[in-house]
Amino acid sequence: MINLLIHLILLLTLPPLLLGIINKTKALFAGRKGPPVLQVYYDLIKLAQRDVVISDVTTWVFTAAPIITLVGVLMAALLVPLGSFPAPVSFVGDLILFAYLLSIGRFFTTMAAMDTGCALEGMGAAREVTFSCLSEPALFFALLVLAKMSGTLMLGDLLHAPLIVGTQSTAASMVLLAIGLFILLLAENSRIPVDDPNTHLELTMIHEVMVLDHSGPLLGIVLYGAAIKLFLFSAILLHILFPFQTGCAPLDWGLFIVEMGFVAVTVGVVESIMARLQMQHVPYLLIAAILFCSFGFVLLVR
Amino acid sequence: MNPSLNALLVVVLVLNLFALGTSRLVTVIKIVSLQGVLLGIMPLLIETEIGMSVIFTSVAGIALKGIIIPFMMLRAMRDVQIKREMEPLIGFLPSMLLGALATGLALLFSKALPLADEHTTQLLVPAALATIFVGFILLTTRVKAITQVMGYLVLENGIYIFGMLLLGAMPLVVELGVLLDLFVAVFVICIIINHINQAFSSLDTRRLVSLKE
Repeated sequence: MINLLIHLILLLTLPPLLLGIINKTKALFAGRKGPPVLQVYYDLIKLAQRDVVISDVTTWVFTAAPIITLVGVLMAALLVPLGSFPAPVSFVGDLILFAYLLSIGRFFTTMAAMDTGCALEGMGAAREVTFSCLSEPALFFALLVLAKMSGTLMLGDLLHAPLIVGTQSTAASMVLLAIGLFILLLAENSRIPVDDPNTHLELTMIHEVMVLDHSGPLLGIVLYGAAIKLFLFSAILLHILFPFQTGCAPLDWGLFIVEMGFVAVTVGVVESIMARLQMQHVPYLLIAAILFCSFGFVLLVR
Repeated sequence: MNPSLNALLVVVLVLNLFALGTSRLVTVIKIVSLQGVLLGIMPLLIETEIGMSVIFTSVAGIALKGIIIPFMMLRAMRDVQIKREMEPLIGFLPSMLLGALATGLALLFSKALPLADEHTTQLLVPAALATIFVGFILLTTRVKAITQVMGYLVLENGIYIFGMLLLGAMPLVVELGVLLDLFVAVFVICIIINHINQAFSSLDTRRLVSLKE
């Protein structure tokens, strides 16, 4: 019970901190002082107090999209176990639900982008959908590897497979899976080799361009939803990277938060040392992610 | 058997694909040098008792493949002032997919080979076959002389992985002889690259068919 409570509290409060850590890491790399780690929280509070400006040409889809996206991501988050603790909700086959709860968010974000009638936002929507065609197979291959390893189709048990089965015999597939999932994390959350969250050059943006017309609390919800998605993918990656537990609950939670910070710092370092890929090269990266995850599967079944 | 050996071999396979997918020469050189370092670590993981000879092979391998050869290649690259492989015979994405296909087939079919029992669970054989094939792709489909050298090095890395199977049986002298050959070959090629560049003012090996009087 207490673990469930901690799970929900972490899920609701920790995600913006990850973005803050990433920004701080990037600032330190660039030799700047950077915004405070809690800046994203301040932004969210600021945005919540603002008025909303809604274009005349938009319909209800535009207003509903950020909320549906947020709810979809939050529901998906309930299916994912954090650290060594069980997931709040779990049933057979929930990995499909997980993937499509994320997709429904994407669907509505792109719908809202096209709803504005702005050509640039339509372009961003087209890119987002194109790239997600490639990132979804990668996610499914990754889940397939874990399903094969654990022999179950419940996301909660399946992600604990490295913890239970142990990584001794499957070290090779786990390495591939970790690389594939890390690429997926960067792609799904519009981080640097795929998309630059800081540029405001509409021609090259993917995710940011789609939410240009959102303002005030709606923009805050978009930002918060994106942070939770990053949190989710980091939590999944952590199951592969650090399949350890101490057995003592408070210690495990502390360990989990430290590991989260580690992923955020890693993302920040990758963003600092890499340049953004050219738009036509992004599919290469995603195909590489698919290949890594599928090789992980081949290694496991061979 | 040491499970981290398989993890290392998988990283080598991943590096293969990255080497096929990138057009920047600096990146290819860095990838091959990293591969060399990983291969240098492998004897330490395979041998159960680590003697002087194993440590020496490993150190010599890392120093040569990880540091000296990449350094020479970077210098050669700076001298001839090219940075990218522009027009490979097979594009970067197709060659990456071809490499991936080769890796997949090597993984699937190496089981059919009659191997010693202790080698069946390891990835040594498939990794060797896949790396050799990737080196072959690099060697045949790229037109710049420098990238072809990198292909040659990847090919040699594959053969080196194969040699790991015989690590107990192979005397140190053979291993050192191979490393020396490699070093001399790359050394000579670096000089040749400079000459090709001076003679043709390009590193495109396709021009070599037209002889000058």
